[in-house]
Amino acid sequence: MLRKRSYFKSKTLPYLLILPQVLVTLTFFYWPAAQGLVSSFQISDPFGLRTQFVWFDNFIALFRDPLYLKSVGITLLFSGSVAALSICSGLFLATMANRILKFKSLTRTLLIWPYAVAPAISGVLWLFLLHPSYGVVSISLKNWFGLDWNPLLDSNDAMLMIVLASSWKQISYNFVFFVAGLQAIPNSLIEAAAMDGASPFRRFWAIVFPLLAPTMFFVTVMNIIFSFFETFGVIHTVTQGGPGGSTNILVYKVYQDGFIGLNLGSSAAQSIVLMGLIILITTLQFKYVERKIHYTG
Amino acid sequence: MLKKRLVLMSVAIAFFSSIAVPAFAAPTEISWWHAMRGARGEVVQQIVDGFNSSQSDFKVIATYKGAYDEVVNAGVAAVRARKQPHILQAFEVGTQTMMLSGAIYPVHELMKDNGFDVDWSGYLQPVLSYYMNAEGNLMSMPFNSSTPVMYYNVDLFKKAGLAPLSKETPVTWDELGEITKKLVDSGVPGGLVTAWQSWTQVENYSAIHNIPFASLSNGYEGLDVELMINNPKVVNHIARLKEWMADKRFYYGGQKYQGPKSEFIAQNAGLYIDSISGIAKLKSAVKDFNWDVAPLPVESWMKEPQNSIIGGASLWVFQGLPKKDYKGVAAFLSYLANTKSQVLWHKETGYFPITLKAYDQLKQEGYYAESPYQEVGIKQLTRRNPTKISRGLRLGYFVQIRNIINEELELVWNDSKTPQQAMDAAVERSNVKLREFERIYK
Repeated sequence: MLRKRSYFKSKTLPYLLILPQVLVTLTFFYWPAAQGLVSSFQISDPFGLRTQFVWFDNFIALFRDPLYLKSVGITLLFSGSVAALSICSGLFLATMANRILKFKSLTRTLLIWPYAVAPAISGVLWLFLLHPSYGVVSISLKNWFGLDWNPLLDSNDAMLMIVLASSWKQISYNFVFFVAGLQAIPNSLIEAAAMDGASPFRRFWAIVFPLLAPTMFFVTVMNIIFSFFETFGVIHTVTQGGPGGSTNILVYKVYQDGFIGLNLGSSAAQSIVLMGLIILITTLQFKYVERKIHYTG
Repeated sequence: MLKKRLVLMSVAIAFFSSIAVPAFAAPTEISWWHAMRGARGEVVQQIVDGFNSSQSDFKVIATYKGAYDEVVNAGVAAVRARKQPHILQAFEVGTQTMMLSGAIYPVHELMKDNGFDVDWSGYLQPVLSYYMNAEGNLMSMPFNSSTPVMYYNVDLFKKAGLAPLSKETPVTWDELGEITKKLVDSGVPGGLVTAWQSWTQVENYSAIHNIPFASLSNGYEGLDVELMINNPKVVNHIARLKEWMADKRFYYGGQKYQGPKSEFIAQNAGLYIDSISGIAKLKSAVKDFNWDVAPLPVESWMKEPQNSIIGGASLWVFQGLPKKDYKGVAAFLSYLANTKSQVLWHKETGYFPITLKAYDQLKQEGYYAESPYQEVGIKQLTRRNPTKISRGLRLGYFVQIRNIINEELELVWNDSKTPQQAMDAAVERSNVKLREFERIYK
């Protein structure tokens, strides 16, 4: 198989071409990360005038803190729910969108639009629907069903709300990839199965789903990373970690402890732990799940 | 050709004169970072403009930097980058952090060094005492200070056959129990809701009843301070509120103020404890019922209740800037404290005037005769001289400690813990934070 390669006459030109990107990565990623790593081993006053090296004390204090362990649990629950909801919905929508005959392009475009909405805005939009005092849906829930919906006070309601607000835009992202994945499945396979008498349901689970596995894998990794980090905007606009810390996911707690509580050592330690957690999850996924995936060709 | 030359020459002259002139007459700029947005920001700008136009040596530039925690963060980042502003508005919970920072210029020294001989006794002591050090010297200038009061729905009171509450004499907590019972019996969904439960039901409750919130005079006297809120009196108060939850005489509306305020405005609760800053909010939001203000309830065994404590923010001055600038900073702080500015600030925002002179003038103008509810807070704040434990709190990681108290209280409200267990846990967890803080400054 011919591999595409660019050939450069000059030996240094390729290095020069990637230099800007490397500089940006070094300055905006590696330098702060290194600083965070150093800070996590120190305790310091907010103004940086009194810094002490304390080995692993910050990390030990973290794992002794019931609030931190609670935050880990909340994050896992939140992540799992967001990933499950967005993947299932995205897959369902993609499969259905694949089968319609009229207005195929229009439907697809409309289903992709929510991805363009920033997480913070998504949070505010859902707040307009679900806020207990002025949310349109909340008021209807109270008047028509008598439900006591109050995400400001009830932790389960609050969790449900941020899961919805976060999944909503991620469904579009998954939709795009699933639609592309579905296109890659040869029609001949589906037709052959149909001729053999398989129901649409059977056709989906026996043929389409296994062939979508690479897409599924990719989408799962991206969704988990999204729900760990990019949902900060949703939490900040909707619940600010409340009520009573029940929606305080790890990435939000880093912000709260560092910028509101001004405890820089603990906040840095939390960032490092968070980074470690994500590296672990991604490595595990690549190691164990990827083995089961059959890539075509 | 000649025309082109002329044009070029006039441009050059204009350019050089424009850069030359300011160099001779520019006032020194004083930067002030604050958290007053919207209407309060406009009043700030009004005062700043007044100062700037009253003299030509200094020019104050006030910049809105975000909410309280964002302003403090901006200050922290600026100090680290050695680009600190002259004045920073920091919230009261950050007092200990700012005081120990080593980056500030204490206000009492600033005023003295720049030739301003301030008579600190002409100031409202309960407002000053929150920002004094253990020796009684003022570290930061109080700017916007509030205190909690109790709002009540006059119409619902009438319907339940209750007389309006006195603005001078606080009801007792026992009386409040009866009042809320009558309200609920008359059909109101609930009796009392409270905003900022840590500030109003633990901190202010302790101050008013002269109960220590923490050891070492609430932390003023040392960093090895420990919380003391698991004492029988405070625990009993929480237990009583929990008991009232059973028949809705009290119910929990949320941690901050938005929930309880909506409950009061929706007439689901007949009484609502919140900061005096609620006055402006209620004035604009309540259209369909009459409300009024009363002082916070007091225990019947407390014959001479102490003052309540303040919330809000104060102005801190950073060191490390050119010496000549500080004359302007001192002049501006002095201008802020003059009667005209104080009267304007109080009238427009409801925050307390910090000088007795301003308070007297407002009284003479008849301002309180017109709006008596504006005076309830001041009277409650100044009814007695503060004691060592009612003057305020001086704790590190206070933001985290308030969060801890909030969480533990919520565990009481939702039946997970008894009040004693919750307060014990709050003390234990807060002491861990206090030891962490102490370690940094050892």
